[in-house]
Amino acid sequence: MIETAPRSSLPLAAVATLAALAVLPLFLSDWIVFLIALALAKGAVVLGVVMLLRGGLISFGHALYFAIGAYTVGFLANRFGIGEALVALPLAIVISAVVAAALGLLLARFRGIYFAMLSLALSMILYTVLIKFYDFSGGTDGLSVRGFALAGITPAHPGLVQYYLVLVLTAAVVYVGGRFLASPLGYLMQAVRYNEIRIEYLGASASHAILASYVVSGAVSGLGGALTAYLVGHVSPEFAFWVYSGDFVFVAVLGGTGSVFAPLVGSVAFEFVKNYALKFSPHTWQLTLGVFLLLVIYFQPKGLWSLLTRLRARPR
Amino acid sequence: MTVAMIDVENVSRAFDVLRAVDDVSLSVGEGETVGIIGTNGSGKTTLLNLITGYLQPTSGRILFQGTDITGIGPRRVTALGVARSFQTPQLYAGLTVLDNVLIAIATHSGRALDFWTPLYRRDCLSKADALLARFALREQASGTVANLPEGGRKVLDVALSVLLEPKLLLMDEPTSGVSARDKFSLMDTLMPALAERRITTIFVEHDLEIIERYAQRAVAFDGGKIIADGPVADVLARAAVRRAVLGED
Repeated sequence: MIETAPRSSLPLAAVATLAALAVLPLFLSDWIVFLIALALAKGAVVLGVVMLLRGGLISFGHALYFAIGAYTVGFLANRFGIGEALVALPLAIVISAVVAAALGLLLARFRGIYFAMLSLALSMILYTVLIKFYDFSGGTDGLSVRGFALAGITPAHPGLVQYYLVLVLTAAVVYVGGRFLASPLGYLMQAVRYNEIRIEYLGASASHAILASYVVSGAVSGLGGALTAYLVGHVSPEFAFWVYSGDFVFVAVLGGTGSVFAPLVGSVAFEFVKNYALKFSPHTWQLTLGVFLLLVIYFQPKGLWSLLTRLRARPR
Repeated sequence: MTVAMIDVENVSRAFDVLRAVDDVSLSVGEGETVGIIGTNGSGKTTLLNLITGYLQPTSGRILFQGTDITGIGPRRVTALGVARSFQTPQLYAGLTVLDNVLIAIATHSGRALDFWTPLYRRDCLSKADALLARFALREQASGTVANLPEGGRKVLDVALSVLLEPKLLLMDEPTSGVSARDKFSLMDTLMPALAERRITTIFVEHDLEIIERYAQRAVAFDGGKIIADGPVADVLARAAVRRAVLGED
């Protein structure tokens, strides 16, 4: 009998990492805890980008779903006084998925640079709408996110509760992402990159596979945006701006596409490098980030994640 | 009167001024094994592309078991029970041999959009194992397709189309790129399996030894037209065929 999928010690490592992250607030200062939570929330969006990247599709517009998730939280909290995360988060996921399904019908017909540019254009349309419709969106001021509550309880230390909420939901995102990558659809997305003719001659549709993946990707990204809104306490049109989309692609390349954990590793590395670059070289922090990415691409072309897998594979 | 498996009725396909397939009519009954011969550019592969709906004919129509399938596209034609292998293997080069087979198994069982259950499912693995064993690819299962020799890629390409359990199988030069030593063993594995399942087979082939040994009927193409159609020995004996296909004076 042929070998089954290679057995992995990843689940064990994931549980250990989760446990370590859970006790982190006991030892580290609040701002580091906040930074990790922010990195994990944005990591969900990067995972969304990676789901498409594995099919050779670069979404330069994933800030669209990041913003939709964030503004769902912002609207509910600011306009309707609903700060309940158990209401806002599922709603953010559903709205992101519905928008992804509608836009995906159009996007799934495009490949390469056309897919990248069209996704960028769509996110910039949302950016413009958020800026122009002041009464509706708060314009460039954005919306503040007030009254965070979880299961009806308004916590005395929302930062800590939000950290654990992000942790639990990141574990859920990793689980869903892991199942996606190991599923027929996850593999079919890789197949899209190599040969669409064979897919059609197997009786399947590359466009349908892209559409389905795009919906899952959009939903996961919307959740990332919603969590970020709670963490930051404010949403603004910049969330939909192309620079954010570029960051998500940047982090996807930085982390690699080899595992469901890669986007999270990339996201944490990115937030910390960016933070310290801003601190130590406030005028040249973009240069520092650029050099960092160049070094990673040169020495670890498959991303930071491949560094970890290489260390793990090293003979003892 | 029984309905033919495939009916090609007065089909033409032009590329600008070139008529690659010119008013071709061909009817193949269930269980038949038809070998298509002809020189390069005589319209053989274009005919396969027309039957599978990859190309739209300029005129004429194509019926599969009495249903008009003209130009409906490979996906819908495949769903009706037509499979195809390629002269240049169409595979996922960066994935493993096993991945390629398992993706085919999953899509064939309607799980293409399943994002929850694993691709590497036990029942699918045993099916993949049986297929790889039958086509002597078991040893290469965990290697990437890009590292497979050309002959191995060819065999895998054919194996994927057989996996779809089609009613009609179209093969474009199944033994090209396969070593002379292996080509008969490939066909000896393949053809009895197809006959056993009564899969109607049309294959394009340059190798007349293969045609003589494995086809019941031969169809010869020249300049986009059928110049001979009948039992293999009869077709190969005709002067026009020997001139056009073998280049004899």
